[in-house]
Amino acid sequence: MSAALLDVHALRQSFPRADGGEHLVLDGVELSLVQGQIVGLLGRTGSGKSTLLRLIAGLAQPSGGTVTYLGEPVTAPAPGIAMVFQSFALFPWLSVLENVQLGLEALGLPEQEIRKRALAAIDLIGLDGYESAYPRELSGGMRQRVGFARALVVHPNILLMDEPFSALDVLTAETLRTDFLELWGEGKLPIKGVVLVTHNIEEAVLMCDRILLFSTNPGRIISEIVVDLKQPRNRLDPRFRDLVEKIYVAMTARTPTPLQIGATVVPTATINTVLPRVSANILAGFVETLAAAPYNGRADLPVLADELHMEVDELFPISDALQLLRFAEIEGGDIKLTDVGRQFAELATDDRKRLFQRQLLAYVPLAAHIRRVLQERVNHTAPKSRFFDELEDHMSSEDAELTLRSVTAWGRYAEVFAYDDDSGTFSLENPT
Amino acid sequence: MRAFVPISVSSWARLFSRWDVLAVLLILGLLVFLGEASRDLFQPLAELQKQPPSLDPRHLPEYAARTTLRMLIAMVLSLIFTFTYATVAAKSRSAERLLVPLLDILQSVPILGFISVTVVFFMALAPGRVLGAEFASIFAIFTSQAWNMAFSFYQSLRTVPVELEEASRNFRLGPWMNFWRLDVPFAMPQLIWNMMMSMSGSWFFVVASEAISVGNTTVTLPGIGSYIALAIEHRDLAAVCWAIGTMFVVILIYDQILFRPLVAWADRFRFEQEPGAAPPQSWMFDVLRRSRIVDQLTKPFVDLWRLSLLRRHPDKVMPAESARRTGRGWAFQLSVIVFALAAVALWQVVRFAVEGITLRDVGTAILLGFATLVRVIVLIAIASAIWVPIGVWVGTRPRAAYLVQPVAQFLAAFPANLLFPIVVSVIVAWKLSPNIWLSPLMILGTQWYILFNVIAGAAAIPAELRSVAVNLRVRGWLWWRRVALPAVLPYYVTGAITASGGSWNASIVAEVASWGNEHLQAEGLGAYIAQQTDAGDFHRIVLGIAVMSLFVVVINRLFWRPLYHYAERKFRL
Repeated sequence: MSAALLDVHALRQSFPRADGGEHLVLDGVELSLVQGQIVGLLGRTGSGKSTLLRLIAGLAQPSGGTVTYLGEPVTAPAPGIAMVFQSFALFPWLSVLENVQLGLEALGLPEQEIRKRALAAIDLIGLDGYESAYPRELSGGMRQRVGFARALVVHPNILLMDEPFSALDVLTAETLRTDFLELWGEGKLPIKGVVLVTHNIEEAVLMCDRILLFSTNPGRIISEIVVDLKQPRNRLDPRFRDLVEKIYVAMTARTPTPLQIGATVVPTATINTVLPRVSANILAGFVETLAAAPYNGRADLPVLADELHMEVDELFPISDALQLLRFAEIEGGDIKLTDVGRQFAELATDDRKRLFQRQLLAYVPLAAHIRRVLQERVNHTAPKSRFFDELEDHMSSEDAELTLRSVTAWGRYAEVFAYDDDSGTFSLENPT
Repeated sequence: MRAFVPISVSSWARLFSRWDVLAVLLILGLLVFLGEASRDLFQPLAELQKQPPSLDPRHLPEYAARTTLRMLIAMVLSLIFTFTYATVAAKSRSAERLLVPLLDILQSVPILGFISVTVVFFMALAPGRVLGAEFASIFAIFTSQAWNMAFSFYQSLRTVPVELEEASRNFRLGPWMNFWRLDVPFAMPQLIWNMMMSMSGSWFFVVASEAISVGNTTVTLPGIGSYIALAIEHRDLAAVCWAIGTMFVVILIYDQILFRPLVAWADRFRFEQEPGAAPPQSWMFDVLRRSRIVDQLTKPFVDLWRLSLLRRHPDKVMPAESARRTGRGWAFQLSVIVFALAAVALWQVVRFAVEGITLRDVGTAILLGFATLVRVIVLIAIASAIWVPIGVWVGTRPRAAYLVQPVAQFLAAFPANLLFPIVVSVIVAWKLSPNIWLSPLMILGTQWYILFNVIAGAAAIPAELRSVAVNLRVRGWLWWRRVALPAVLPYYVTGAITASGGSWNASIVAEVASWGNEHLQAEGLGAYIAQQTDAGDFHRIVLGIAVMSLFVVVINRLFWRPLYHYAERKFRL
């Protein structure tokens, strides 16, 4: 065991909220990176994993706690920590070579050395022949290779990767991952440790030595999983599958306010719950798929994700919403339709809407609240801002906006209330 | 190829903030100060010109060169102003709160108003008489160029993509390198487009700024502008035609030698990564790029430039986020200074007003302002009724758009005041009412912004949408109402804002026109300012300018800004 390259201790990040309180994004994060390791940060959207990466990079200042790199606190971008971005972040007006040289120019190295090192990095990462091309001439995969070369050329000790493969198509992403792991395994990369942010469970298991699982709102580390499989790893290896399954279970087990119904844990919404952003049509389609063969009302989440080509980020909001509305339950990494869910799958459009309306009013208090307010008012209308302000006291304004959008979409589908975007008002009547 | 919006539309929370009020006060204060300073320095300047300008067309090339030089100097000054002012506004939150409203107000001050107030000041500033006059002229041209360039640069800096900024900081680019490697390139396409607009706009004022008389101070600088003024005075139609011809050639040269290459060069700074339309071409740019001599001549400078970008002090890094864009340390001191300045300005304005302006004067100015307002509204409405249908027709036909677009841009650059003599002689000959028939001159130069924005908007309607309309047999008025007009609305609003602002500016020249000893005058605020300038009455010049700025700002805030946001939100494709 070698000394830690990076130490994160009691890290906390929060932003001021509209009502004067604070919105906690990250809380009590502990992390250490030792030489020769790839550490994965795995969590859903909004779990603050990208925020953590930016704190480590010195791009933002934490509200509390410390980030220590080689014994020194990180307060500004440190030399020796380089980053690969999800959207590549290449300068479109610089050629491949110039993009790669940029970090070296910032170091103030002599010109020959800059050129030599840049060409070596380009060579290493497989960009030979593209030196004079501009980013817009390259495919996504080649652009991200430039992103890698640009980060590696400064010979950083730590490489930070912010979902580097998520903007690429499946095949390209796989090629790039394999190439990276190969170079890393052969010790050809001038780096000592890697922190990888991802929401792709298989990617995390494939690449990382340790995986930290994050909860949402606020982001906390809920568990740490050590992957002791040998590289190169095989996705079909039963031990690989076991780990993936284990992570699915861990990630779906977390619930904000658990309520025991029999043996299963069901999340229950209050008026102030941040609602998942899923359209009613996707919910209906998902319930139908789940009800039909081969699932017949029950499916293993990792298998389902694989077969529907869905990332966790798309899958989890759906399963959350289905749980909220009591259309489905999650049990040990499996999703299972409830009786109501099965019934929903069999009904025709109008009856479906009626059932959805019943579930919505019963289990999403915000929808019931909006309807009640509208009924109480003489003209049966209320401005959006009325509910927005109410929500904003309990969540960040982005969350409040998203939650209102979800409830509006569901309410419209269920014909619980109508909403006019031009005037920003809710009303009871549908336009005639 | 869409123009940016020439007024501040960024925040739509409040119509007027206290920073707007401060900005108004500071500018008014400055105008009053300059006016007062120059009144004390008011002395007859004898024999300004040893050589009176001549109407001989052989002098025109020399005049054209001088005028061009003035515009180029002003452009360089405008760039310096842009890079400093806009950068400070974008990087420091506390400075931004004052600087942006200040810029917004500055934009609405009529440019010829700047000339009236500052010319004597500048002439008194420089001991060499001609030099002082040159200063005044260049300053006037500068004021017609700088504001919208600074505005566009500021807006670009505020919209630099977050990930690029993060990459720049992650690789520890220093502030200087970050500015030239990220900020400037990112802003470049929009900035060049605005430089072209500024150049077009400033032609209009060149004519006015080379031959000015304020009270008994008369400035005549050798240039195309004074040549035209002289031609008008002598009722020499041939000379006017010579001037128009020269102007035509100069604008053509400008376009081919300066702006085409710039646009072609700036294409590499487009941020959109996808290969889009064919890149702009320029023979000049190709020649420069391929020429080995040019390459060798410029190489030392390029090397020097690269060297300056290399980091010498690898320790100075931009700090992490929480410290960025705040500058809390000096925010308080700055506020104190600003408020103190505003108080002084207020006191000055009040004293100045009490001294020389009665309530009656204010009433008159406001009333005349409404007269000009009616003209602007009617003219924009007429111009829209004419150019929107034509623009849509042209825009939906790529071949036609390809031919018409450059012509419209050229017409926008062409100084409409060259046509004034012709219009005036027609009005005099047919004994028409100047109140009505002088008005079209106001919009002559600015209507083209409506046309080419609408063309751009119509060209941007997706082919599928047009196919759907054909498929559903949506035709006639229904097609206009449901397809064409909503699709071009955001573009139209952008063009109309420019046209409206330009018309107010032009009213100072357009409401008063002369041809030899025929003087025509319409009732309006523009004519009022022109008249007071002639009389050298600084109190009333400042009053006129203040009222006009007020009108422009209020209309921008109450009408254009909400309309712009509405169009953006609802119809942006």
